[in-house]
Amino acid sequence: MKNYLIIGNSAGGIGASEAIRELDKQGNITIISDESYHTYSRPMISEYLSHERTYEQMFFRPADFYTKCGVNFMPGKRVQKLDLGGRSVLLDDNRKVAFDYLLLACGGQPIVPRTEGGDRKGIFSFTTLDDAKKLDKIVNIGSQAVVIGGGLIGMSLTQALVKRGVKVTVVELKDHVLNTILDARASTLVEEKLKAAGVRLVMGHTVARIVGKSDAVEGVELDNGERIDCEMLVFAIGVSPRLELVKGTEIAVNRGILIDRNMKTSYPGVYACGDMVEGYDFLLKTNRLLPIWPAAYVGGRAAGFSMGGLDKEYAGATVMNALNYFSYPLVAAGLVNLEKDTGYEVLVSLKAPYYRKVVLKDNRIVGLLYAGLVDRAGILYGLMKDGVDVSSFKGDLLSPSFNFASMPEALRKERLKLTPKAQEKEGALQRA
Amino acid sequence: MKKIYPKEEVCVNCHLCQVWCLVEHSKSKDILKAYKREKDRPIPRVHVEEKGNISFAVQCRHCKEPVCVYSCITGAMTKDPVTGVVTVDSERCIGCWTCVLVCPYGAPLPDYGNEHVVKCDLCPGRQTPVCVENCPNEALIYAEEPVSG
Repeated sequence: MKNYLIIGNSAGGIGASEAIRELDKQGNITIISDESYHTYSRPMISEYLSHERTYEQMFFRPADFYTKCGVNFMPGKRVQKLDLGGRSVLLDDNRKVAFDYLLLACGGQPIVPRTEGGDRKGIFSFTTLDDAKKLDKIVNIGSQAVVIGGGLIGMSLTQALVKRGVKVTVVELKDHVLNTILDARASTLVEEKLKAAGVRLVMGHTVARIVGKSDAVEGVELDNGERIDCEMLVFAIGVSPRLELVKGTEIAVNRGILIDRNMKTSYPGVYACGDMVEGYDFLLKTNRLLPIWPAAYVGGRAAGFSMGGLDKEYAGATVMNALNYFSYPLVAAGLVNLEKDTGYEVLVSLKAPYYRKVVLKDNRIVGLLYAGLVDRAGILYGLMKDGVDVSSFKGDLLSPSFNFASMPEALRKERLKLTPKAQEKEGALQRA
Repeated sequence: MKKIYPKEEVCVNCHLCQVWCLVEHSKSKDILKAYKREKDRPIPRVHVEEKGNISFAVQCRHCKEPVCVYSCITGAMTKDPVTGVVTVDSERCIGCWTCVLVCPYGAPLPDYGNEHVVKCDLCPGRQTPVCVENCPNEALIYAEEPVSG
């Protein structure tokens, strides 16, 4: 009987354990987590902070998941060291856990740059449930907060704080919020919603120092000298892979752990997935960090299949984001923020109430952005993923009524595969 | 498992499949009350593809490898291991729109007002889904999927 050991209890770890169990009904699966919680949806820590969801409502899988899946769950245990040659890991309580196959699914950690005054009380990051709990204890209606970083974590946090009646200032280095995933126009649309909700946006600046008379945060000073009062400060700049366990081992790393198309690391029997790895990007046809929840689950699933003996090649992921901050729906995938690049064809529609953009290269979709209305964006995402030549219906792509009938018959029949068994067998349709 | 298949050649674009889907997912399940009285009118889970003379209905394919389930950040989207039906728990769904972005069929539909998605559930509790039952021209059939499917 095989021993599968998974370090990490989030999307990747759960994806892997479910895949392993599909293949191997007998094997021992153990999940070790340094958090003491049932597997939870990390993005929902904002809903926890805003009091829209309780802890139980954040569960990523039902309460009986570990029992039903036959997983030996070890919460609140930190792995101290990997003993790859000895095929075991050492826990912080000095216990050893052996494995035949090991999956590293530890995720990322928040980036917190060293800042003058950074040792004061009242400074937080926002990536775990514990972070949300700490903030939950101290926020009040009328509290003043500074959020450093206008990316996904920053926006998610800002929305939660606003719902709690907090006065928020967002300080972002670049010119726009969400600048890595949206173009300027879409970012501006989000910024309008933020301003309407009373959020102050300070773009193109950084926090130079954190100040206060006592040992607690009382404000920040920007690079231009401006002082912003606040009782709490949250770094929401981004995450970097948690590599503390692999440093000093033979596992090859770059910015993240290097893996092949079967999620294998350079060390035999050791796999990795999720925010830790440089996984395959099917659009750019290269490996890169892609810290996105769906990529973590699907990568975990691919790793689980590999560990279980089925060499199913990981199809890869690409940049893809779906947002609903301040109730403004947005989806963006692939390349959406290009300068005047040659070789790319950019189609744009500004018909209110939405903004829509499709980027093409050699008549294939390489980027899409739907703002305001996101209905059925997946049809285009599918065409992008499969590298379909869209030249014959390019003109319909931006239309709000774009649908499968816009595609030529042969293509839509191929993509929909809507032929039941009865028709295939007897050549005639039969009612059930 | 049985799934719904459209017959493009005989679909007359009447949208009655949508009307009955809406009624089935309403509170009263009565066509007049659902349209005229209920405050939160449901969104039909079936979409009618149309262009010129071409029309046919498309809803969730209840895929063997459901990308929506794998992408769901809350675990609200699940596939029943016995029946194979893919269902969204609208109470758990937070309306992040990730499934809307990843489904190649455009099956999960946003309900912006309630900030969650809705999706074909093959009408639990019924022998035959209501869209199939009420199509006036037999342009929807409910049949076993092909061996290759």
